[in-house]
Amino acid sequence: MGSLTMNASPQTAAGSRVVMTETIKANNPAGTTHAAGDQRSAGTTMAIEDVTLRYGDANGVLALDDVSLKVAKNEFCVIVGPSGCGKSSLLYLAAGLNDATSGSIRVGGREVIEPGPDRGMVFQSYTLFPWLTVRANIEYGPKRKGLPAEQRRQVVDQYLNEVGLAPFADHYPAQLSGGMKQRVAIARALANDPAVLLMDEPFGALDSQTRGTMQKLLLRVWERQQKTVLFVTHDIDEALVLGDRVLVMTARPGKIKAEIKVDIPRPRSMDVILEPDFIALKRRILGLLHDEIDEDH
Amino acid sequence: MAQRRTAWTRLTTPFANIPASTATTLALAMWIAVIGGWALLSYGRVVPNMFLPTPGTVLQTAYRMSLDGSLFYHTFTSAKVVILGFIVSSVIAVPLGLWMGTYRAVQAPLEPLVNFIRYLPVTSFVPLFILWIGIGIEQRIAVIFFGTFFQQLVMISDCARSVSRDLVNASYTLGTKRSEAVWHVIFPAALPAILDTLRVTMGWAWTYLVVAELVAASSGLGYISLKAMRGFQVDVIFMAIAAIGLLGLITDTAFRILRARVAPWAA
Repeated sequence: MGSLTMNASPQTAAGSRVVMTETIKANNPAGTTHAAGDQRSAGTTMAIEDVTLRYGDANGVLALDDVSLKVAKNEFCVIVGPSGCGKSSLLYLAAGLNDATSGSIRVGGREVIEPGPDRGMVFQSYTLFPWLTVRANIEYGPKRKGLPAEQRRQVVDQYLNEVGLAPFADHYPAQLSGGMKQRVAIARALANDPAVLLMDEPFGALDSQTRGTMQKLLLRVWERQQKTVLFVTHDIDEALVLGDRVLVMTARPGKIKAEIKVDIPRPRSMDVILEPDFIALKRRILGLLHDEIDEDH
Repeated sequence: MAQRRTAWTRLTTPFANIPASTATTLALAMWIAVIGGWALLSYGRVVPNMFLPTPGTVLQTAYRMSLDGSLFYHTFTSAKVVILGFIVSSVIAVPLGLWMGTYRAVQAPLEPLVNFIRYLPVTSFVPLFILWIGIGIEQRIAVIFFGTFFQQLVMISDCARSVSRDLVNASYTLGTKRSEAVWHVIFPAALPAILDTLRVTMGWAWTYLVVAELVAASSGLGYISLKAMRGFQVDVIFMAIAAIGLLGLITDTAFRILRARVAPWAA
C-alpha cells in the first residue's frame, strides 16, 4: 500500500484545498442521451463520505484528504489523477482491503468494514490464481458462494464467451498473454455478480494496442451487463472513452478537484477520441492535471 | 536466425538455451572426466591404492556386497532413517512454516528461537540424543529431524511470505474469508516453492545421515564406512559414498517429477 503513494512532495498550497466542481456538457446533439441514463441516476450504489487516509501516526503522510463521492447504480465512474495522488488507495479502501483514517464508505447501504464479494476488483498486477485453469479461476467466486455445479458451469461459460476466451478455458494463466489474463480477471470479477466493480488501472501494464482492444471489450461487456463501475486510471483518453463521469483528483494529498460529466453518446467506438467534443473534454482535464503536476515541482 | 549464430556464440551467450544433446554430452563428459581422473590416479599408482582404490575394485566390492545382500540391507536401513526423519520433519514444518509466513503473531515468537537453534551444529547434539533417546533408530531419526526441521521451517515461512499480496487481496474480493486464505490461496501459491525447499532439504537430510550413523548405529551406509575405515577397506568407503550420492540423485529426480506432477502450472 505504501508504494502506491510514493514520490510526491507534501503539498501545502492553501489554494489547492478549494474544490472546484464543475460539470462540462459536451455539445451533444439532441436525443442521443443513453436510454440507461435515467435508470442510472435511480439510486446510489456506493457513497464515499469525508474519507481521509493518513499513513502511520498523526504526523504521517496524508494520502487522501476528505474525499467524498457517489457512484450511481449502473454508472461507469472514472477517477483520473497524477501518479501517487492516492486514487488506487481510495479503491483499496472501497474494497475494504485497507482502513480509512476517518470517514465512511457505503456500498448498497452497508458500511464497508472488510473485503467482500459484493465489491469485485480487477488489479493492475496480474492476480489470476496460477494453479487454476482459466475456467477454475472464473469459477472461484461462485464456488465460494456455494453455487451448485450446474449453475457455476453456466455462469463460467457465459463469461468465458463474454470475454472471448472460451477456447482457452483449460489453459493455465502462465500460458496467456497479459491482455488475456486481464480479460479473465474481468470475467472472474463479473462472474461473482458484485454490486460494484472496482478497477485499479487494469490495463496499465498492457501495450497501447492491447489497451485499446481491452477498452472496447470492457465497454461492450459493460453495456450488456449493466454494472456499477469505479475505474481508476491516469490515462485521460481511457477515462473519457469509458466513463459516464470523470473525477479529477489533485496530487497528494488526494482530493476530488473536479467532476466532469461525459455526455458522449453510447455505444461509443474507439474513434470517439477524434471527435471535437472529446477533444474539448480532454483539453479541460489536461489543463486540470497540468496545474497539479506544475504545483508539484 | 539460428543458423547465423555459431554454436560457440550460443554456448557463450548468457542464459541462452543449448540443445538437449549438447547438454547431455557435456554432463557425460564431466562424469567421464571425473571417473577418468580417478582411474588415472589409482591405476597409475599416483596415489597408493590403500588410500585411493581403483574404480574396478569399488565395482567388485559393490558386486560382492550386492550378492550377499549386505549392500541392500545397509542402504535400506539408511534410506529408512533419512526418509522417516525427513517425513516427520516435513509434516510439521510445512503447516507450521505456512502459519509462520502468514501470521506475524506466529512468526514473532517462533523466529528468534528458530534462528537460534538453526545455527547450532547438529553434531553437538548427538551425545545428548544418545543420552535421551538411546542408540536405536529413533536417535538417528532425531538427528535427521534436528538437522532439517529448523531449516525447513524458515525456508517454508519465506515461501509463504513471498506470496503476492494482491493475489490474497483478489481472493478476498471474490469471497474468500480471512481464515480460508492460508489454505485456499497461500498454500497453493507457495506450493512450487515449498516443493523446491523440500527437495533441497532432502539433500541436507542425506548429508546428516552419516553424522547420525557414525556415532551410534549397527547398520547403514555410514556405519559400514566407519567399520571399513578401521579395517582399511577404502573400497567400501568409496562404495558407501557412491551409494549415498546415487540415492540423493534418485530422490532429487523423484522430487522434480513430483513437482511437475503436482504443480504443472509452474515452470
